[in-house]
Parts: sequence; structure tokens; C-alpha cells
Amino acid sequence: MPTAPPTLDPPRARTSHARDFGPGFLVKLVLMAVIDALGVFGLLACWREGSMGIFWALLLLLVAANYVYFSKRALAGKYIYPGLAFLLVFQIYVVGYTAWVSFTNYGDGHNSTKEQAIEALLQQNERRVEGSAAYPLAVVTDGDDLGFAIVDDGRVLAGTAERPLEEVDGATGADGQAPTVVPGWTVLSYQEVIARQQEVTALRVPVSDDAEDGSIRTQDARTGYAFTPSLHYEEQADTMTDALTGVVYRPNAEGQFEAEDGTRLPVGWRVPVGFDNYVTAFGDERYSGPFLRILAWTVAFAVLSVVTTFLLGLFLAITFNDVRLRGRKAYRTLLILPYAIPGFLAALLWAGLLNRSYGFVNQVLLGGAAIPWLTDPWLAKLSVLGVNLWLGFPYMFLICTGALQSLPGDVMEAAKIDGAGRWRTWRSITLPLLLVSTAPLLISSFAFNFNNFTLIYMLTKGGPRFEDASVPLGHTDILISMVYSVSGLDGTAAKDYGLASALSIVIFVIVGTISALAFRQTRKLEEVM
Amino acid sequence: MSAPVAPEAAPLRTRMPAREWVRELGWRHVVGVVAVAYAAFPLVYVVSASLSVNGTLTGSNSLFASVSGDNYAALADTRFWTWVVNTLQIAVATAVGTVLMGAAAAYAFSRFRFTGRRVGLTSLLVIQMFPQMLAFVAVFLLLLAIGEVFPALGLNSKLGLICVYLGGALGVNTFLMYGFFNTVPKEIDEAAKIDGATHAQIYWTIVLRLVSPILAVVGLLSFISTFGEFILARVVLQSQGSWTLAVGLYGWVSNQLDANWGLFAAGAVISALPVLALFLFLQKYIVGGLTAGSVKG
Repeated sequence: MPTAPPTLDPPRARTSHARDFGPGFLVKLVLMAVIDALGVFGLLACWREGSMGIFWALLLLLVAANYVYFSKRALAGKYIYPGLAFLLVFQIYVVGYTAWVSFTNYGDGHNSTKEQAIEALLQQNERRVEGSAAYPLAVVTDGDDLGFAIVDDGRVLAGTAERPLEEVDGATGADGQAPTVVPGWTVLSYQEVIARQQEVTALRVPVSDDAEDGSIRTQDARTGYAFTPSLHYEEQADTMTDALTGVVYRPNAEGQFEAEDGTRLPVGWRVPVGFDNYVTAFGDERYSGPFLRILAWTVAFAVLSVVTTFLLGLFLAITFNDVRLRGRKAYRTLLILPYAIPGFLAALLWAGLLNRSYGFVNQVLLGGAAIPWLTDPWLAKLSVLGVNLWLGFPYMFLICTGALQSLPGDVMEAAKIDGAGRWRTWRSITLPLLLVSTAPLLISSFAFNFNNFTLIYMLTKGGPRFEDASVPLGHTDILISMVYSVSGLDGTAAKDYGLASALSIVIFVIVGTISALAFRQTRKLEEVM
Repeated sequence: MSAPVAPEAAPLRTRMPAREWVRELGWRHVVGVVAVAYAAFPLVYVVSASLSVNGTLTGSNSLFASVSGDNYAALADTRFWTWVVNTLQIAVATAVGTVLMGAAAAYAFSRFRFTGRRVGLTSLLVIQMFPQMLAFVAVFLLLLAIGEVFPALGLNSKLGLICVYLGGALGVNTFLMYGFFNTVPKEIDEAAKIDGATHAQIYWTIVLRLVSPILAVVGLLSFISTFGEFILARVVLQSQGSWTLAVGLYGWVSNQLDANWGLFAAGAVISALPVLALFLFLQKYIVGGLTAGSVKG
């Protein structure tokens, strides 16, 4: 939790001495006062909502901010704090949280804590109490939400879905009839009730804070009936009992209530499942088959993208690296155009160009051919690489041009004097020097393409689908787009945050290892220290 | 990067026999023309499609068969301009925040010697390898939790998305800036210090002015990458009114590609222009920034 937007423009002391009341100090004081005020407001909000995790994180950030900006000793901290606060919350914490989620079964059916799951189960399994009293009822509203007002033993009680029934004093109405005036509430007219009929019949007003006590519901907006849960939660024994059948459900290791015959109640809660998600990714045949194919394609895609763009960029750089050539600058400017277009636009544009039935490539360039550029497994892969070549070669062209121009002239001359031919000079001097200076950028490019979600998603959406897989994955999916599909955030599949996070961690490990090895090779560490 | 064409180019060429010219330079022009055609044809096509009366994918295939502003006018009936405003708000705020926070951190690492400095630098280098977008599931869940307490920072909030982007600011850019800050001689600071300047005065009035080229580069790179960022924006921004261009234009194309093509083409031309203009005018700086630290020259 960051301490609200003001951290964007962090206070900076113009003086390191708090006793010195210069204008800078005043600016700092005002900014810190604003941040503290927002922070305290935030703390109260967290306390009210019961979000203790956010509460402690916010408190810690706030205390740290005050210490850093009012202490004379934390000089470097004054400059690092704002960025560090964001880094801790939105990068380090989320990576850590990803790791934690990957060891749970968080997802559809296991969305919440056990307490919330029990409450949901009790609410979802309510039925009318046989032979129970009928209460005269009026549909009311508190301005925002619909509610019911009922008459019980001459008392008038009112509540909404969020607010349990409470007694209202001073309500009036004919004896044994629904109340017509309820202080603090507006009674809806017959027409208004008709207009919101569906909302009214779906409304459930709890009798008390305890879900076990049941609720009031109505079918006709005139009479209310008491509904109680058909399930009963036994707190001591930690079991759910079905009041009708007497079946006892016990919590199992997967975070669901399960009866002895194996039937389970639908709402579960999230529990740690150890390495299950990783085992699923590598072992469960629904996922492991697609996963390994996607992993292989991801590596192939990243490597081939770097190689093809580098080769084309290098070839063009060499071509235009001749001072005698006229119009070099014009060529260069035109050639970097694809790089100056936002990647998502280019990918979408190519999706249209390569469209099978109407696309420019098939219709005009190939004279009406119907080549399935994006729907055939192999052609789709080729298209993805081709589009990425178009997008990526200008970057390689730029860095190769830079590298060629900075090659040491004396070494070239020495090679010439030693009698090396063009080819020999190129192979033994130019290329090695070029690779040394561009290697870190090639590694970054590899890492970038390894996670080039935008291109894949916009161009093919991972398609065409694997025919033999039950999960919505396809031939051009790379790992990151697989994570997106599995997570269910696009709404096409059931949500499985646990498995998606596990796959994210696998990507972290692969990319991290490759980058670390490669960067160590290039001695980047020694250079920056 | 782009060294000026040597002045002796012209006389050399006139002295060169035709056959030699073809062998030495002519083929380069052939390659150049082919490459430029390859690079530019999709762009020519999209401009033509945006001007086509028809507005469909099929109807856009004959280049410049018709020229009209219909598609551009039709954008007014969509949420396109809302998306433009959203995107600019998010990208500018992220770029400014990134520059401010990155520069401050780079200054601290470059000028102060404090406990944890080496560890901090090494950690940043490691963190750099873990792209934030990979953790989008956790980002979604985090904003879901935050949103219950502060709706203004939760899901579907532009401010929340900006905060997420700023979380990646330090990891990506501090090194680029750190290297540049180190090239500013320390003696300048020390002289100012002797004259009685405080560290904040040195930072705001002296150092920041001297490093302004790298500030421009980082700001631009951040703007451009935020402008085109898709996955986090897609996960965080859920209602059409808060979408960015990347999410919105994707929506048009993924849903009825053929019918929306003219709209998309017009939208694409408009949204590509600011980035294209920035890029072409500031080419030198951007290229310098991209290759800083690895290509020496």
C-alpha cells in the first residue's frame, strides 16, 4: 500500500537541519502533513474494513516516511524512499505473493477464507421453515439499497441485504397489515415494486449477523417468510450437517466440506496445496502436454526472433555503413518507422493484413489466394515470426549501426596491412567485436521476446487451438499467454490463480537463470560497481 | 549515431566507372528500396484504410481508391477520445513519476556512501530480470484487496494502474540513470557544498540540470512503453470508460474485425502519431539511451 498519490512528488528537504526553517523545510512540512493525513485516513479505513494486512503495511510505510524525512541521519533514504516504497509494494510484494499463491488452490470454488465459505454455504442453502409464521411485509429503501420492513408481534423490523433486521420505532400501519410509514426508510409504492420485481424476489434480508439464523424472503412483496439454512455448521466439531438428510460433511485437505460418500459442498476455501500446481503443470496430462509444447515454442520463438531480427538488422547496417552512399539518412529514418509504431498497433494491423479471406496480403499481394496465415499451426508460427521480424529489425539495425561505427579504426587498418581480405576481416575482427558490444542487448531482447504477450495475443490470441487439448491453449501460445488463459482473467476458462502463478514462477526461473548466466558472462556486474 | 555523410561522397561517385558503381554502391540502393518498401507498406496501407469510405477490411484493399474523412469523424461517436485522454493521463503521470523517482534514487546511489548501497545496487540488477507484468495475477489480487479499502486505488482505477507502473520504475531505469549520474564530475557538487549549498539544492539546481538528457530519455522510454502496455492495463481496467488505447483498439479488432476496420485504422493513425513524432524528433537521444552502457561509441 503506497501512501497515496503525493509520493509521486516526494518532499525533499532543502536543508538537512530540521531547526533551520527555510522555505524548503516548510514545503517538506506541508507535504509530509498531507501524506500523514492521508495515511491516517487510510489506516482508519483499513481498521474499519478489517484489512489488517494492508493496515500494517501502510503503518510501516508511514512510520518509515516520517523517520526518513525528519531524521538528520537518513540522507540517502530521502532520495530512495519514494521509489523504494512503490518497488516494495508493486514489484517485490507481488512477486512474493505470486510465489505464495502458486502453493495454494486459489481460484474458482476456492476464492476466500474458510469463514467466508461457511457463510456463503449457509446463505446459499436456505429453505422456508415449514409451517412458520407469515409476516406482513413492505418493500422499503434506505436511499441506496432495497430492504424489507416486516411486522412481528406488533413490532416493526427493517433491514437490507447488508444490514440485518432492526427494530424501528414510530412506524405506523393498520394492525396486522404491512407498515405504511417507516421512519428513516421510504416505503415503495405498488408500481415501484412491480418495476423492480426481480430484485425484490431475489432479495434476502438476514435476521441477524449470524448466517445460521436465516433470513426473510418474499415472493409477492406483501408477505415475508422466514428461511433458515438447511445446512448446520457445528463449530466444535468443524462439520457441516444437512438438516434434512442428516449427512455430515467434514473439511478435507483440498479446502472443501466432503461427506463420507465423497460428495462435496460446492463452495470451498483456499488452502496450501504444496507443489500440486507444479505437479499439475509438469505431470497432469491435461496441462503437461500443452505445457511442454508451449515451452519449446516459447524458447524457439524467442531465439528465432532475436536471430532473424539481428541478421536482417546487421545486413542492413552493413549495407548502409558506407559513407559514399547517398541518401543514407533518408533510408535510416524510413527504416526505423516500424520501431516507432507502438507494438500493439502493429500487431493488430498485421492481424488484418494477414486475414485469410479479406486481408491485403492474400487479396492483393498474392492475387486472391486463401492462405490461412493465422489459422494453420505452422503458418501461424511463421507469421508470428515474420511480424516480429518487421517489428524488431529496426532496433537491431540501429544498434548494429552504432556498433559498426564505433569499431576501432586502427584494428581494421592493422588487419588490412597484414593482408587480410574483406571476408577475413569481417569474420575474424568485425563480427567478434560486434557481438561483444551487442551481446547484452541481444540478451535483453531475448528476455523481452520470451514474454512478448502483446504480439501473440493481438496477432493470433495463441491460436489455432490444440485439437487434442481440453484447455483453451493453442499452437502459437507462449508461456505468458498460457498463464493468461489459465488464470481465467479473460473469462474464457475457470479461474485458477494457483496454477497460473505456478507457471509465472516457472517463467521467472527460466528467464532469471538465462539472464543471470548471460549477464555474468558479459561482466556487467563489475562494470557498474 | 547517424554520422553525417562524408563530404567527399559526391566527387568519388562521379569518378567511379558505372560498373564499379553498381558493384560498390548500386546494390545498396536496391537493398535500400526493397527494405524501405517492406518497412513502410503496412504504414501506407493503414493510412489508406483510414481514408477509405467503405470502412471495412475488404473495402480497404485498393490503396487510396477513395479519400474521405468519414472514419475520423466516426471516431467521435465512440469512446476513442476518452481512451486517448486516459492513455495520455496514465502515460504522462507514469513518465513523470518514473523520472522523479528514478533520478532521486540514482542520485543517492551515485553521490552518497551508505550502508546497503552495494546490496541495493545488486538487488536492483537482480530485480531488473523479473518483469513485473509476469506477476499480473498477483497484481490483480492485490488491487482487488486494496480496492475494498480504497476504491480509488483498486481495480478499474487509473490511479491504481499508475501506481502499479511506478512500482516497476526503479528496477528498470535506475541503472541507466546511475551510469549517467556518475559521469557528472563530483567536483561540481563539492564546490557547491563548500559554497554552502545543501544536498537538496545541489540535487535540484545543479545535478538535475546536468543530467537532463538522460531524464528526457528515461521519460520518453517510459512514456512509449506505458503507451503500448497491454496486459496489466487489460487486467486492471475493467470498464470501457477507463480503458487505454491498447485495450480499446484491441476490443474493436478482436470483435468484428471486418466491420470495425476503418475505425481501427483511423484510430491507429491518430494514436501512432504522437509516439512517431516523439521518436523521429528525438531519435538521437532515444537511440543513445537504448544503447547506453553496452555499445561504446
